[in-house]
Amino acid sequence: MQFVNLAAEEKINPLIPHTAELIVGAIAFTLLFLTLRKFVVPMFEKAYTDRTNAIQGGMERAEKAQLEAQRALVQYNDQLSKAREEAQTLREEARVQGAAIIEDLRAKAQDEAARITATAHASIEAERQQAIASLRNEVGTLAVELASKIVGEALDDQARQSRVVDRFLEDLEKSK
Amino acid sequence: MRDLLRSSSEGGGFVPPSSGDFELPPIFGDNVYTTKPIALVFLSVILISAFFIISSRKAAVVPSKLQFAGESVYTFVRNDLAKDVIGHDFLRFVPYLFTLFTFILVNNLFGIIPLLQFPTMSRVSFPYILALTVYLVFHYVGIRKQGAIKYFKEIMFMPGVPKAAYILITPLEILTFFLVRPLTLSLRLFANMFAGHLLLLVFILGGEHLLQGVIGLKLISPFAFAIGIVLTFFEFMVQCLQAYIFTLLAALYIAGALADEH
Repeated sequence: MQFVNLAAEEKINPLIPHTAELIVGAIAFTLLFLTLRKFVVPMFEKAYTDRTNAIQGGMERAEKAQLEAQRALVQYNDQLSKAREEAQTLREEARVQGAAIIEDLRAKAQDEAARITATAHASIEAERQQAIASLRNEVGTLAVELASKIVGEALDDQARQSRVVDRFLEDLEKSK
Repeated sequence: MRDLLRSSSEGGGFVPPSSGDFELPPIFGDNVYTTKPIALVFLSVILISAFFIISSRKAAVVPSKLQFAGESVYTFVRNDLAKDVIGHDFLRFVPYLFTLFTFILVNNLFGIIPLLQFPTMSRVSFPYILALTVYLVFHYVGIRKQGAIKYFKEIMFMPGVPKAAYILITPLEILTFFLVRPLTLSLRLFANMFAGHLLLLVFILGGEHLLQGVIGLKLISPFAFAIGIVLTFFEFMVQCLQAYIFTLLAALYIAGALADEH
């Protein structure tokens, strides 16, 4: 208390520093500086760097993903248009092929029809010839038998027989 | 205690607070290293170290509330003071500026923290020491960057000035760099804290004194206390501002020493 009273009476100049305070101030400040520099600043800087990296990494990843998506889109569009073109080509081809097939079938059918017609003609002709031949034989025999019955004489001479039949047939055809 | 003693010794008349109120007696005997300001300075070192070590310990990408609080202060000094003022190569000055800012801020705030209630920086020795570190740092940086001869030459003979003007400018520049800067730096901080504390003392002690007077004076004393409270808020602003200004000027001086031309 004496200290205070003495000081107050001495008209203290507040601008005069105290040695003890100067020393303590220097020591305290240095201590604080060393502590903060060693323990605090590096940690905060580390947090900073980590954060920056995290943000930058995230942005880079996003950018990459976007780029990839864009590439995929282009690829898909490409594929789609290619597929469309292909489909168009296929359709066109199918149309052409269909037409060709139809044409082919028609031709084949016509051929077949012609062939069948021709075969039919041929077999009809053959049957007609056969019928003519057998008729000729049978008609000859029947006629000879009839004639021999009528005439009463046996016309066993083969040559004559056939001559008579031929004449008969000729007459038959003329009368027709 | 001091005030009671004083009022008893002075016989009742109000004695306005004076510079004597800043001369606190040692807590233990006659040891001058055990005064309140010295204890507060050490307390500030412990508080600041503890707070920032704990808040920065994890250094997580996604900060906790505590880390966020510590980082906000650090980011403020790092980006708004160091980076914006010094620019390129600012990082190596961040620890120093960070220490300067937190040290001054906490010691200033002691002025309004209940029970402590004494701004350490109102003891002129501490601002002197801090200004001395600034003085040493910026001259050292300037000499390292440009070489002693060029550095001092550029201070004394500012480039781009007509020769005749040197008669006027050279003494001014020398005065500025070697005397005015450290002196204003320390005195600004000291005077603000000193005056602020004195102002608070006037209103609080005055209110207390009025309370001991007659009934009419008792009625006035609440106004004195109210003004004391308002001034406490005002002091808070001044204390933060002074810590900021001191650090800002330190950064500016360093930036000036680093610049090729002033």
